[in-house]
Amino acid sequence: MTQAFRTTSGGRIDRKKAINFTFNGQSYIGYEGDTLASALLANGVHLLGRSFKYHRPRGIVAAGAEEPNSMVQLGEGATTEPNIRATQISLYEGLKASSVNVWPNLELDISAINGLFAKIMTAGFYNKTFMWPRSMWMKLYEPVIRRAAGWGKAPAMGDPDIYDHMHLHVEVMVVGGGPAGLMAAMAAGRAGARVLLVDEQNEFGGSLLSRKRQIGGKDETAWIADMVAELEAMPDVTLLRRSTAFGYYDHNYLCVLEQKTDHLPAAERKGKVRQRVWHIRAGQVVLATGAHERPLVFADNDSPGIMLAGSVQTYVNRYGVLPGKKMVLFTNNDTAYEAAIDLQAAGGDVVAIIDCRTEPTGELVDAARALDIEILAGHAITGTSGGKRVSSVEVRKIQKGAKVYTTIERNIDCDLVAMSGGWSPVVHLFSQSQGQLEYDEEKVCFLPGKSRQAQQVAGALAGQFSVKECLAGGYKAGADAARATGFTPKRKPAAPEIDEPAVGSVEPYWIVPSSRPVGEGMAKHFVDLQNDTTAADIELAVREGFESVEHIKRYTLTGFGTDQGKTSNINALAILSGILDKPIPKVGTTTFRPPYTPVSYGALAGRNLGDWSDPVRVTSIHDWHVKNGALFENVGQWKRPWYFPKQGETMQEALNRECLAVRNSVGVLDASTLGKIDIRGPDAAEFLNRIYTNAWAKLGIGRVRYGLMCHEDGMVFDDGTTARLAEDRFLMTTTTGGAAGVLDWLEEYLQTEWPELKVYCTSVTEQWATVSITGPKAGAVLEKLAPEMDLSHENFPFLSFKEGEVAGINARIFRISFTGELTYEINVPWTCGLALWKAVMAAGAEFDITPYGTESMHILRAEKGFIIVGQETDGTTTPQDLGMDWIVSKKKPDFIGKRSFTRSDTARPDRKQLVGLLTETPDDVLPEGSQLVFDPNVPKPIPMAGHVTSSYYSAALGRSIALALVKGGHGRKGQKIFAPLDKRTVTAEIVDPVFYDKEGDRLNG
Amino acid sequence: MLNIDCPWCGKRHETEFRYGGEAHIARPEDPAKLEDTEWAEFLFMRTNTKGYFAERWLHSHGCRRWFNVFRNTVTHEIVGSYKMGEKPPKLPKSAGGTK
Repeated sequence: MTQAFRTTSGGRIDRKKAINFTFNGQSYIGYEGDTLASALLANGVHLLGRSFKYHRPRGIVAAGAEEPNSMVQLGEGATTEPNIRATQISLYEGLKASSVNVWPNLELDISAINGLFAKIMTAGFYNKTFMWPRSMWMKLYEPVIRRAAGWGKAPAMGDPDIYDHMHLHVEVMVVGGGPAGLMAAMAAGRAGARVLLVDEQNEFGGSLLSRKRQIGGKDETAWIADMVAELEAMPDVTLLRRSTAFGYYDHNYLCVLEQKTDHLPAAERKGKVRQRVWHIRAGQVVLATGAHERPLVFADNDSPGIMLAGSVQTYVNRYGVLPGKKMVLFTNNDTAYEAAIDLQAAGGDVVAIIDCRTEPTGELVDAARALDIEILAGHAITGTSGGKRVSSVEVRKIQKGAKVYTTIERNIDCDLVAMSGGWSPVVHLFSQSQGQLEYDEEKVCFLPGKSRQAQQVAGALAGQFSVKECLAGGYKAGADAARATGFTPKRKPAAPEIDEPAVGSVEPYWIVPSSRPVGEGMAKHFVDLQNDTTAADIELAVREGFESVEHIKRYTLTGFGTDQGKTSNINALAILSGILDKPIPKVGTTTFRPPYTPVSYGALAGRNLGDWSDPVRVTSIHDWHVKNGALFENVGQWKRPWYFPKQGETMQEALNRECLAVRNSVGVLDASTLGKIDIRGPDAAEFLNRIYTNAWAKLGIGRVRYGLMCHEDGMVFDDGTTARLAEDRFLMTTTTGGAAGVLDWLEEYLQTEWPELKVYCTSVTEQWATVSITGPKAGAVLEKLAPEMDLSHENFPFLSFKEGEVAGINARIFRISFTGELTYEINVPWTCGLALWKAVMAAGAEFDITPYGTESMHILRAEKGFIIVGQETDGTTTPQDLGMDWIVSKKKPDFIGKRSFTRSDTARPDRKQLVGLLTETPDDVLPEGSQLVFDPNVPKPIPMAGHVTSSYYSAALGRSIALALVKGGHGRKGQKIFAPLDKRTVTAEIVDPVFYDKEGDRLNG
Repeated sequence: MLNIDCPWCGKRHETEFRYGGEAHIARPEDPAKLEDTEWAEFLFMRTNTKGYFAERWLHSHGCRRWFNVFRNTVTHEIVGSYKMGEKPPKLPKSAGGTK
């Protein structure tokens, strides 16, 4: 028999559209409009999974986002998703789902044996059990307990779905489309504001989807339809269904997850965006997020068939499902009576209402009595039986203040327990927005207090629990929000007549004792169903010295997990307040953090995947590098050729060939990525004088100079050469990765410290392509390309530049050198880069010109002892540490960093200083980053002497070389130093950092 | 994410800006004349204000201008932003007067 628990009529499902689905391999039928949870309940399936720690059977508790239990593995293969709440999965044709955390299967779960060891799995069991011995971690705890305690499985393949992001600015954003939210959107929309209304459900209506109400002579369905129709007709109002506002950040910035295709059969999803994250900036936010019902904490309150009363009502009225046919209601308030009345009306049988209050009175209580439902006032459920499905409850008379209730009054057979411990406003987003919560003694809940952001609250969130209050509160919130953003609300419409029962009273009843004190015996009083946290765990945590609610949360795990304690947090802190004998507001709540419900990584990433995850910058010569087999290195966002291996070459062989070509003939490097900043203005020279450590005022036009930049603390942060193009104009080069930071730095000083200096800075990195030809034959190559140009050393000396035609292209040629060889850096307009490169390759062919990449560049400069900022420096290195005193002006009265060179710390003689290292065995290439010690044989811990910053095999020298920062290194030349590696210790000699051509003879070719 | 009012461009998302730390700390006129402790004061010491705080921001992905923002570090409320060299705006009365 299928759908044995479906009512004969009613509900917001389409009974003409049957939907086939499977759960744990078994086929079922539901209807369009069902959730997976409602369809399973219609088929009488309550047992959905096993609990986290004790593997107890668990079923559906709630009907929405607050559901703690019914997590399933949804779908298969690459699109499978773990731990999705069955209550939030819209049913679609072909849906496949299965239980999580069961082994070998749901019915026969071997791990339930954990329950027998429950005594050792109490609060903090992770911290206590897994401490010792360490070897047990790998053998037992990890493999066995992790398998038993895990939940669903993440997909093993890449996510094939499409996700995207949208940005939206509105005057008024309304979160929650129940009666209050709809009314707020209406008020703001009618006033003319741009409005966004979002709701997590597939349709608007909120609590009205679950409760029958007459509003202004219409039933709730007609009222919702009319409201939505009017809102949809407004051009400036946007309505988003299946859209959860999951994060509320500073200055009214909210993120919303819209699930666009998750409710469709697989075939209808193809090519469509699955989920969209909306980024909203709102002038005003109206929060109308409703309320969640609280469970009651009684003995063995976790069996399948024990549900929240309001959720039972939702299943009956919205989905046409009877979650059970023999129901017992356990409540501390009036509203839950409506669930009993509605279930009875739909054909179920309510066998008893257990009310903890001694004298329940009110409209709903009277209505239940009129239906001849037995009401046991002043009683409580003190135990349940049934295991995989609740089958009976034990009822005892409440003895006020007693730790045990002595006599069993009744045992009542049932297949459903509806419970209600009152309602908790959904304060999550309000609290994320830094709003303060206030405890309301009468309504027994936390309510929004002082707001920190431009926002309004309305509806059940604001403690407005009747539809009448919701409509009035929603209208006011929407109108106030519109007014605050500059609109004039229309005249308030007359309040409609509403037919609804009075809300009635609620009496706090946080923990229900049984025949033995809580925590003794086998019975468990669950507080957090998802984490298997019991009331006894909270007591134990307090006994062990934890008192802060934040500590209790972490020690007992209450409020962790995918539901973030939506049904457990308030009960946990109320129980804590009872144990500590402190009022609830003094105990306080834990912090609410985004996301409100889980968000997939795919949605957060959106389109920013693969090649789009970060912008890629390539030079105008890039395609040539690709065609010629270059391997690339990322430098910042730039792709730079790393080296150009020939067929069959190892990396080291390629590097040897490239480096020797530069030393013996000529090599060519694409240096276009170097940062270039055009600095212009009458005070440009003075500005450089203050920024660089050396002197710039007297640099002649046409000349080039190398400079170091320091921060005020005296630490090197960038270097490069700068050319004087004219009296008032310089071209600065920076490191590839440092370009943006240097420009910011220059602007900072120009704008904040020296606004009187007349200087403009412009980034021209991508205006100039740079081809650097270097080696003894560099001059011969350039001669062929620029026959008119006088390249004699007298006319074109080192550290100067010329303008002229190279290969028919207007160019600036700089004579600088990062290899120690004769070098010309030819700059041409960016778009001409490739043409120049090809011309250089053709002209250099007779000299076997060799393209080389960043790796050979590093080796060549290390042979000369030239530093790379960020490799030889790390933000704690001064020019003096690098042995570069020669570039620090003694004459300039001030420049950035100067004052710090005489600080006691920077003047210390034992600072780490740059030296060269030669390993005892010439073939030994030290790993970069190796720690160095002066004596490896002293007792551990051995004092550290420094570390290796650069290390390579030098083909030109036929041996390894390294640069290192060593304590007091400048005074230690000739001494031995040791690098203790994993299995051996390498001995090296401290030497001068210039390894090759110490005299610099090769600069002129 | 903060919504920062650039004095030149108007309100923009925080992601367009770079933070520049505490405002109104002038570089000493003549650092050479300072004692080590005085120089260290300028170099390292910043107030760690809980409440209203004048700070610098750079509209790095916009007009590339530096400016000052007067912000409450607890609530993130921005009282106003102002150009370099201008005086900070007055505190709202509700926030404890006019500094």
